[in-house]
Amino acid sequence: MATPITQPLTKRSQVVSEKRMTLMERIYLPAIVKGMGITLKHFFRLRKATVKYPEQLRPMSPVYRGMHVLKRDEQGRERCTACGLCAVACPAEAITMVAAERKNGEEKLYREEKYAAVYEINMLRCIFCGDCEDACPKEAIFLTDRLVPTDYTRGTFVYGKQWLVEPLDPALRVDVSKRQPKAVAEFKKDRNFAHNR
Amino acid sequence: MIPTVIFLVALLLVTLGVAAYATYAERKVAAFMQDRIGPDRAGPFGLLQPIADGVKMIMKEDFMPASANRWLFFLGPAIAMTTALLTGVVIPWGGTLDLGGTAFKLQVADPDIGILYVFAMVSIGVYGIMLGGWASNNKYALYGAIRAASQMVSYELTMGMSIVALVILTGSLSLNDIVEQQRAGLWNIVYQPLGFLLFVICAFAECNRAPFDLPECETELVGGYHTEYSSMKLGFYLFAEYVNMFISSAVISTLFFGGYDVPFLDGLGLPQNVTVILGTVALFLKITFFIFLFMWVRWTLPRFRYDQLMDLGWKSLIPLAILNVLLTGVGYYLKNGI
Ligand code: SF4
Ligand code: SF4
Repeated sequence: MATPITQPLTKRSQVVSEKRMTLMERIYLPAIVKGMGITLKHFFRLRKATVKYPEQLRPMSPVYRGMHVLKRDEQGRERCTACGLCAVACPAEAITMVAAERKNGEEKLYREEKYAAVYEINMLRCIFCGDCEDACPKEAIFLTDRLVPTDYTRGTFVYGKQWLVEPLDPALRVDVSKRQPKAVAEFKKDRNFAHNR
Repeated sequence: MIPTVIFLVALLLVTLGVAAYATYAERKVAAFMQDRIGPDRAGPFGLLQPIADGVKMIMKEDFMPASANRWLFFLGPAIAMTTALLTGVVIPWGGTLDLGGTAFKLQVADPDIGILYVFAMVSIGVYGIMLGGWASNNKYALYGAIRAASQMVSYELTMGMSIVALVILTGSLSLNDIVEQQRAGLWNIVYQPLGFLLFVICAFAECNRAPFDLPECETELVGGYHTEYSSMKLGFYLFAEYVNMFISSAVISTLFFGGYDVPFLDGLGLPQNVTVILGTVALFLKITFFIFLFMWVRWTLPRFRYDQLMDLGWKSLIPLAILNVLLTGVGYYLKNGI
């Protein structure tokens, strides 16, 4: 047996035991029988964990970080101002955008003078970290509990605005209230923090 | 002659059917032991799953590496499958039916050396795996094949030894005699518990079932001896494993659990044919149990490390098997004299 270290570095250190196995343990069979007992118990257990996927959906946490949405404001205008902060914050460099200037008559469409003419997220690069949503000063981008659908070709995973911007119809709006409770919204407005300025 | 041919075909179909549904059972057993439901889409309770699997296997692209040895590459799975299927003919599947006056034994062939024939077939089965691994011209496949060969050769020794003890007891190599003796007296498991244990362990190793499934080792060997195989050739290899499992279960039931014997059934005075059929049903129940045991162990125990496997085989099992032969011999001598 190794001599214990006189002064352990932390309280968590342990002396590893090099105990020889007893004959009973070395035969293995008792342990094997015990293990088989455990599996047999599960064999007859009636509660099964299977979720029959297409018919039955697994309940998803409301704060699940799934497919993104670009929010509109109360009047249906796109909130995104194409500031590019999300793209900068994105560790996977999944976001690209082209900014454009709002013309006269487009006030109903875009909330700020600048807007994203093209806004694309490459869902194959995205790691769903949620940094974009944290970075956005305009409360424009959120991750939702929706899943990104599967597909066979890579190209289709570059999601443009037609996939990302939520629909105008109030009934079809994407609910992100769980992701952005009041406290968080207030916190984001607090100008005392440098990152909110 | 004609009934024999019919019986042979029936036996082939039953073997294939049982093996096919063993794949389904395996998935169900695995699922149940892991608190899942398992396949349940194809047909009621997923009962058509083996057919779907078969269709899938056949429809897949049949690929052969350019550097593979063409003929040996074909021969590998063919040998594996053929030897697996050939073993069934010497197993007594039931007693003697009375077909309108002519007696018909539910056994295709009863050679005096029945059990040796089983062994011979099993050892040829190694060639199937070895050829497959060699012909693939892939080092992982070759490693897998070498592992398989050395494992099977090592465990065959113990298997043979445990049979020697059994043969001392029964004095016959014919499987039919062995069953008949058990019908007259007690099942061999009573006299040979250690031999039974050794035989079962070796049967697991011979069938390459967990915890002895080292020939196919995803983490170390990509896939093992069948790495390069695809489509139905791979299907043959995988299927042969299930056929082997079925046959092994039949052999274990025959050797140690009285084969088609049902205790006290003969005393009931039922018509002969009914008795025989009940016996066959009993044999299949025993076989089902052992197939379940194979699966049960597979989903309980992790795989051995290769050196542990060899240690177990050579340092533990073979001495135990020799001890078993000695004990049996001494016991036989004390009881019957030379
Ligand atoms: S979730 Fe993360 S990885 Fe995905 S787009 Fe947003 S910042 Fe980039
Ligand atoms: S989503 Fe937000 S952070 Fe990204 S460009 Fe638009 S306003 Fe800026």
